[in-house]
Amino acid sequence: MNLAEVAGNVATIGYGLAAIGPGIGVGIVSGKACEAMARQPELSGQLRTTMILGIAFSEALGILGLIAGFMFGGTA
Amino acid sequence: MLASSSEGGSAYHPPSVAEFFPDVILFAGTPFAIDRVMLVRLLMTVVVAVFFLVAMRSPKLVPRGVQNAAEYFLDFVRKHIAEDILGREQGKRFLPLLTTLFFLIFACNVSGIIPLLNMPGTARVGLPMVLAVVTYIVFNYAGIKAQGFGPYLKNNLFPPGVPKPVYILLTPVELLSTFVIRPVTLTFRLLGNMMSGHLVLVLFFGASWYMLFQISDLWLKPVGVLSLAMGFVFTLFEMLVQFLQAYIFTLLAAVYIDGALHAEH
Repeated sequence: MNLAEVAGNVATIGYGLAAIGPGIGVGIVSGKACEAMARQPELSGQLRTTMILGIAFSEALGILGLIAGFMFGGTA
Repeated sequence: MLASSSEGGSAYHPPSVAEFFPDVILFAGTPFAIDRVMLVRLLMTVVVAVFFLVAMRSPKLVPRGVQNAAEYFLDFVRKHIAEDILGREQGKRFLPLLTTLFFLIFACNVSGIIPLLNMPGTARVGLPMVLAVVTYIVFNYAGIKAQGFGPYLKNNLFPPGVPKPVYILLTPVELLSTFVIRPVTLTFRLLGNMMSGHLVLVLFFGASWYMLFQISDLWLKPVGVLSLAMGFVFTLFEMLVQFLQAYIFTLLAAVYIDGALHAEH
């Protein structure tokens, strides 16, 4: 028995791989936004908008991974 | 894995992309084929239109009831998206577009957790793509109108304040990111979020139905209850995601328009 065998297409595990980078990115973005809001609570509205934008941009990579899995994964 | 432990029940079918391509109900074979996703989209469009027609039928200076709710939502888009990003004057100019985008996307997202509908209208590429194309046309049009065709392209492709040789690398990247990646990611962000959210809900509720009623294995019943509870938890999470995706799409549309209106210095 082969324990570490991945059969079929690499797209099967693609989303897992694609989620690593955006995961780190979203963590950094919201962490830094938290820090900034703690320093200057009066700017928190503006900071929240910027934070959501940053999250949206880095999240797009993860979503691309998900879509690619459906598009190229086939039945593997 | 689960199917092997079934005794007498039908095999477990995990949800797949086929979920989003149900049987055609009307006009099969024509470009106007109507299936469940299409019906949900039409229904939610009508719901949004009727809601605002009823709420704003005879607006009072001091709002009451439904008008109050409608004004609260409209104010949210105006204050926190249009005026925050675009400023007072330009915000007013693009407010109709942003409001339409927000409410259409939100309504079509929310249908994913409404009982009996249970399918986000944005979970198939058509609607997100059309909205992204509209946004793409609008921000390019706004940029060309504000700056002129030549300067608009020059500002986007050759941003000032960079040493000349860097343009060899910078210009293709800017071309790709502004004119290709922007609409594509707008489409995929909305589509991917709604699609994955629906799949997660189907997975949890389908699994609990299978484990509670389809098989007679007593050991799997508690897992089925747990799965049902997780289904409800993720329904709440979906509500957050649905609102957030409508907000993000509209916010990004506003940001792109704002970026096109002002030349970089």
